[in-house]
Amino acid sequence: MSIMKLEKVTKNFGGLTAVDHISFEVQEGEIFGLIGPNGSGKTTTFNLINHYYTVSSGHIIFKGQEITHNKTFEIARMGIGRTFQVVKPLKRLTVEDNIVAAAFAREASFAGARQVANEMIDFCNLEEVRQKKAGGLPIAGRKRLEIARALATRPTLLLLDETAAGLNPSELDEAIDIIKNIRNKLGITIIIVEHIMKVIMNISDRIHAIAHGATIAEGSPAEVAKNPTVIEAYLGSDYNVESFLNAKD
Amino acid sequence: MTVKQTKTNPLIEKKEWIIIGVAIILPFIFNFSPYIQGLLIFVTMWVVLGTSWNLLAGYTGLVSFGHAAYFGVGAYVGGMLYFHFHISPWWGLLLGGPVAVVFGYLLGLMVFRLRGPYFALGTLATAEILRIIFGQEEWLTNGHNGILYITTWVSKYPYYFIGLAIALGSIFSIKAVMRSKSGFYFLSIREDEDAAEALGIDTKHYKNIATVISTFWAGTAGAFYMIYMGFIDPEVVFSLHNISIVTILVGIIGGVGTIWGPAVGAVIMVFVQEIFRSSFFSLAPSWVSGMHELAFGLLVILVILYMAGGVVGDWDLIKKVLRFKRAEIQE
Repeated sequence: MSIMKLEKVTKNFGGLTAVDHISFEVQEGEIFGLIGPNGSGKTTTFNLINHYYTVSSGHIIFKGQEITHNKTFEIARMGIGRTFQVVKPLKRLTVEDNIVAAAFAREASFAGARQVANEMIDFCNLEEVRQKKAGGLPIAGRKRLEIARALATRPTLLLLDETAAGLNPSELDEAIDIIKNIRNKLGITIIIVEHIMKVIMNISDRIHAIAHGATIAEGSPAEVAKNPTVIEAYLGSDYNVESFLNAKD
Repeated sequence: MTVKQTKTNPLIEKKEWIIIGVAIILPFIFNFSPYIQGLLIFVTMWVVLGTSWNLLAGYTGLVSFGHAAYFGVGAYVGGMLYFHFHISPWWGLLLGGPVAVVFGYLLGLMVFRLRGPYFALGTLATAEILRIIFGQEEWLTNGHNGILYITTWVSKYPYYFIGLAIALGSIFSIKAVMRSKSGFYFLSIREDEDAAEALGIDTKHYKNIATVISTFWAGTAGAFYMIYMGFIDPEVVFSLHNISIVTILVGIIGGVGTIWGPAVGAVIMVFVQEIFRSSFFSLAPSWVSGMHELAFGLLVILVILYMAGGVVGDWDLIKKVLRFKRAEIQE
């Protein structure tokens, strides 16, 4: 069943078309990768889904319901969680309080919110830093906090915006595990924007590639990786395709 | 403010009962001096104003430079009831808060579109506009002649205890709110409005809630000022430097974003102001009395440079410094 559908979504900033008639459909339970070179409109697409930006034309449909003109907080309450590429921790609150604040989206009581927070702290390995101020966390911790906070709102669809950027190899493996578990254990559908091939090739069921705001390919990771347009637009014309595919391991 | 504490601790903790007890005994200790009792009454009023400002600025991140607007409106509610209808201004104590809330809400429709410094300037402007309107529209407010009312009691005791009740009401109502879901939402808005929206927080709605509570207490403080002083005029109750700015100083010196910060700040501010105003109780030459604003300025600079969390926020730091000094002396 389709959980998220974009129909010819377009966003103009003055004369610049950042997102140009993009359409895709994400199935429930899928990990859907969104790739493209820098400035191709991936984060803008996320910001349109959340309504941080207003769509210029087109429709965004979540679980059969049009959400194009809903407010940001309403969309979050409907069950679309997101993380930010430039992380936005609530700096002067502890890690735990960050997640409790998010859990109140679905829990009315303190006890309930704390229960959810505890689960998410466990899930994202944040136990050690639970009582630390979020502003004092290193980047890997902040990224995990972003995920934990988004999960605490109990989403059915999660938008992950470059959650693996800036991580070292061992942190990367941990991040991949967490992302896989979000789908496998919590059953949450994921749309992920990512530059790191090791991550995106490893975990995505399908990939949608865009360049200059427009769709250039869609399909399984292997298909998209072999697509000449993608290779040229995204990886450069002289890129060695074999090594790119080997990045899977 | 960790979650664990919130669950186990009662709303009024042991230490706070002690503070309340001391506050109740205090005027009896100074029974010999109505002058000092009068200062204590002003302390209670500033506690209310500072606490009210702190909810908006300290907890929700909406730094208001125009709290005099709500204070003045609250004061004029009682004043105008008396001036026009000869109804006791004591009714203002009940109505001042709610009317200030309505004003705050209407002003909020305008200024909540602004963020950061623009919000501060917007609130500053609204208070100034009210000051000018209340000064000009003589038919409504008696203009710069002000409104005079013969106060009900000569004794300071009833005023002190009414002021104390309002002060404690403001402190504990806001403490209760900060332990609830709304409190977490206020903090989230303060830290990052965009992130707050992504967490499903209706930021506009919760800013309005914070404003309603804050303006209610500011208006009530104004109404209390009217019945205690028995005289108001627009230049005093809508004053930028005597009300709006001092409110901010009370918050900053005591500790922004702490429950008891504004209370501590109020004590410090009232006594610093009085010490200078009275030229160190007439011990210093009289020109010193004009220097209290300079003293405020220096105090703020010192606080911002050396303890940005204020007295309450940086209490651990202050203790450490004191202990360190003591250790040095002992050596």
